[in-house]
Amino acid sequence: MDLKPGAGGQRVNRFVDPFAQISYHFLQFLWRTLHLLVSLWYLQVSMVQMIEGFLISSGLVKRYGALDIDKVRYLAIVVDSEEAYQISKVIQLLKWVEDMGVKHLCLYDSKGVLKTNKKTIMESLNNAMPFEEAVEKDVLLDQKQMTVEFASSSDGKEAITRAANVLFMKYLKYAKTGVGKEEPCFTEDQMDEALKAIGYKGPEPDLLLIYGPVRCHLGFSPWRLRYTEMVHMGPLRYMNLGSLKKAIHRFTTVQQNYGT
Amino acid sequence: MELYNGERPSVFRLLGKYMRKGLYGILTQGPIPTHLAFILDGNRRFAKKHKLPEGGGHKAGFLALLNVLTYCYELGVKYATIYAFSIDNFRRKPHEVQYVMDLMLEKIEGMIMEESIINAYDICVRFVGNLKLLSEPVKTAADQSMRATANNSRFVLLIAVAYSSTDEIVHAVEESSKDKLNSNEVCNNGIEAEQEFKEANGTGNSVIPVQKTESYSGIKLVDLEKNTYINPYPDVLIRTSGETRLSNYLLWQTTNCILYSPYALWPEIGLRHVVWSVINFQRHYSYLEKHKEYLK
Repeated sequence: MDLKPGAGGQRVNRFVDPFAQISYHFLQFLWRTLHLLVSLWYLQVSMVQMIEGFLISSGLVKRYGALDIDKVRYLAIVVDSEEAYQISKVIQLLKWVEDMGVKHLCLYDSKGVLKTNKKTIMESLNNAMPFEEAVEKDVLLDQKQMTVEFASSSDGKEAITRAANVLFMKYLKYAKTGVGKEEPCFTEDQMDEALKAIGYKGPEPDLLLIYGPVRCHLGFSPWRLRYTEMVHMGPLRYMNLGSLKKAIHRFTTVQQNYGT
Repeated sequence: MELYNGERPSVFRLLGKYMRKGLYGILTQGPIPTHLAFILDGNRRFAKKHKLPEGGGHKAGFLALLNVLTYCYELGVKYATIYAFSIDNFRRKPHEVQYVMDLMLEKIEGMIMEESIINAYDICVRFVGNLKLLSEPVKTAADQSMRATANNSRFVLLIAVAYSSTDEIVHAVEESSKDKLNSNEVCNNGIEAEQEFKEANGTGNSVIPVQKTESYSGIKLVDLEKNTYINPYPDVLIRTSGETRLSNYLLWQTTNCILYSPYALWPEIGLRHVVWSVINFQRHYSYLEKHKEYLK
């Protein structure tokens, strides 16, 4: 966390009224004190979560013993790109996910660090297959292996832009036939088809776990997040099995009404 | 700024106002979010919890909304977006949909009648979404209020109605396509891309190589960004009731947005939630600015 004063933190002009100078410094002091208290609060919360995570991992909390993992049909994990360089941590996390029985996983970081280390990560997993290979061999429904998809920011908005061009070109082709002079009119189903046509066949995740300093999806494909539950897990360096189990358990108890 | 007449005695209201001013004085020592977005979740649960008659939750939610917008205005937030009605919400029971539409019409007409107050506070109201799906009276009232406040700029209230992100993205593709057609930029690029598409379909290989679409692309990312309904992008998105999903809201715009899910139901939202979201924004401001720069 790096606090930066904003517009309210005015430059102090030595020729300004001394009262204004004093009140500026006093307000700055109060602002920094407020943030210090908030940081202490978060520190306390993290410690409680770590202890809870340890208790859950040790099996001392019975509630998280049996997980209905079938409810998590597709899990996504977003990792802050700077933290993604901790490949050993990422591999440990994936092993936990694999052991829990998750069948389909998407790993995302905006800069593509995980994509770059795809080979290392896949070799470390016992029984996993790249998502593209599973699609090619048509074994997505095969429950024997975990499929792993790697994604970065180029698979988000940029992919949607490429799909937009597919739709646009289709429209141009239709317009060239001269049948009607309708304006471009597309549907969400057509967008789905266009994305699949250019190789983006990954489904919408049920649950998205965010490992990083902020609860923010950092550019995960907007087309695949409509009803995805997003849980902030904290920094990757503090990850623990207990928190993972708790997040998945909580997801299995959520009921969605999809807007109705 | 007072957008409503509360029932508390004025001395408490004055005291509250000055205490808020003091709190804002401290908060504004750091960066203040330009844009806050809200998902108004929990009105029906609130009504059930307090055994209110039908529609009571939405009425309480409207009062909470006025309070929250007051806090945003006083704090110096420039934009606020509220998710008033989703395209998915049309699938609710007809009488429920009608009730919300009637409430919306009543409030918009009330806003038009109070136009002088809205203009005195320099508030611009914009309705965003697939407005063609709204009934004619609501659409007319919405258009009228937008025209009446179009020149205001101190605070912009974006009301997402008949909105969903996926619909917005498709709309952006349509508008970008129309822009490209109008600007006649397609020309040779279009013919080459068409050939490419024919070849892909002819061989049965439906995957178009990424590099080839890029070199022939007509629509660029900046075109889609320009044609989304909601700009600028929010800094914090607050969804009440503890729900942790976006429900097809602002999916495009939340790449660098903090997602905050307080457990309070929407009618229970208060100043503390707005303040907490600002504090968290300040804590992570540098990180998110760096991420924005990277993605540019």
